Amino acid sequence: MKDLAGARPEPAFEITVDGRPVSVLPGQTVGAALHAAGIRSWRTTRFGGRPRGLFCGIGVCFDCLVSVNGSPEQRACLLVARAGDEVVTS
Amino acid sequence: MNAYDLVVVGGGPAGVAGALTAAQAGLRVALLDSGARLGGQYFRHLPASFHASREGMLHHGLDRFVRQSGTLERLADLRLGHQVWAVTRQEELLAVHAVMTSDGPHGHPVELPVVLRTRALLIATGAHDRPLPFPGWDLPGVLTAGGAQALLKGNLVAAGRRVVVAGTGPFLLPVAAGLARSGTRVAEVLEANGGLGLAGHPWLALSKAGEAAGYAATLLRHRVPYRTRHAVVAAHGERELTHVSVARIDRDWRIRATRTVECDTLAVGYGFVPQIDLATQLGCDTGHDLDGSPIVTVDASQSTSVPGVYAAGEPTGVGGAVLSELEGRIAGLAIAAELGTPPAGEPPAVPGLLLRRRTRLRAFARALQQAYPVQDGWQSWLADDTLVCRCEEVTLGAIREAQRLGATDARSIKLLARPGMGWCQGRMCGHAVACLAGQAPQPPRRPLAQPITLGALERISDDKPN
Ligand code: FES
Repeated sequence: MKDLAGARPEPAFEITVDGRPVSVLPGQTVGAALHAAGIRSWRTTRFGGRPRGLFCGIGVCFDCLVSVNGSPEQRACLLVARAGDEVVTS
Repeated sequence: MNAYDLVVVGGGPAGVAGALTAAQAGLRVALLDSGARLGGQYFRHLPASFHASREGMLHHGLDRFVRQSGTLERLADLRLGHQVWAVTRQEELLAVHAVMTSDGPHGHPVELPVVLRTRALLIATGAHDRPLPFPGWDLPGVLTAGGAQALLKGNLVAAGRRVVVAGTGPFLLPVAAGLARSGTRVAEVLEANGGLGLAGHPWLALSKAGEAAGYAATLLRHRVPYRTRHAVVAAHGERELTHVSVARIDRDWRIRATRTVECDTLAVGYGFVPQIDLATQLGCDTGHDLDGSPIVTVDASQSTSVPGVYAAGEPTGVGGAVLSELEGRIAGLAIAAELGTPPAGEPPAVPGLLLRRRTRLRAFARALQQAYPVQDGWQSWLADDTLVCRCEEVTLGAIREAQRLGATDARSIKLLARPGMGWCQGRMCGHAVACLAGQAPQPPRRPLAQPITLGALERISDDKPN
């Protein structure tokens, strides 16, 4: 994968998702990091209790909302992760 | 603060070309984009921290775009991470209202208000994927084609391990080819239109070689089956996608036969919706693209019906990156001429050569759109309990019920059954609801082009204009 773009990413750091560590390459969004870690469903809908995660991937659909460091309703697909971020799903 | 000559909203090919052209002509220019990097959807690229030496491999024309962006950085005020939610008129000027996400105390992201005043505005807000609803389309693992592309091009993350790419339009090819080259198993590419297979792909037929041929070759090399007149008509899984129902469909997209394909990811897209909220807020005249999408009406100089407001790229009709860049350049020249600083070494008006090129590229874009219509048969894929609006969880049954109660148009359906009233403000379901109501999609009437928090609004009222 990295070969594809000749990428030499800087060393990974960790964030936590509901307390569990997830590894992130610097510059990746929270949503991309979760998706890459195999966490693809991180929100439950209000009425039907349906699982949701990334859909549009570009900040338009609002399906990927998470709480980050206590700020609710952040779009995971837009927010660039930083070391130590505490992500809480709902 | 002094007003800018030009504020550009959107940092894709159209916005960057427009801003650069105007800045090179001596105008004071600011460009705002919601992303962390310039590029928009088409030139979305990796963060610098990836040190990607061969990133051009992922994109056509990226190297040139990056050079342009570098020049722009020196000549204009670049404001990334800014979401523009409204533009208002303030006497002779326009006020561009944005929120910028920044670090608050304890690392909380907080939204800070920003207002820029300007003599002219260029709307280069691009487009987003147009999904169609089908049973299970809200299961995690179902992504828009653009979403899969954003993961790969912006994060170097493959959308899944075994992916089906489906929908209609030329965009499916780069998405599938990118995934295949990243080592992802692309199980199938399903194009709902056409009948001639990859070799007869209208994009290939229209453009002699180049980009499309490259994608086609990649798919062949990775032995990815490309099937026309096929669609994913349902997605299945408990909490995540595990398989899809693939149907052979007729010309009207009615199901002929179905089979099951295992996959953990579906990347699906049925064309694009131009983002024209800012233009409709300002009262710009709109029209309809060939596929019925509302678009901003512009004249030969990319000027909208509202003085000082220009638009370029997808908001004026979906046509791809090359056309977008050209339109941005034309707008930049026209704005420079309008504001009285002819660009150095070039005549002040827009050269006829550029206008003729635009005519050619627009004809090409129209031909592509004609080759990939969305046919009404998709409506027969839905069951009564299929969600049409993901945000408010409105089913097809609820929409039909609203219609039985007398809601005949999309607007009354929305008021009665609430599709399009949630977070995304109908961006995902608006096209589908209009089709279900038997109407062409109407221009958006969103008072805010971006949802913003109450906190940010409060901070705006504290922020006395200077
Ligand atoms: S995935 Fe659509 S807003 Fe994040």
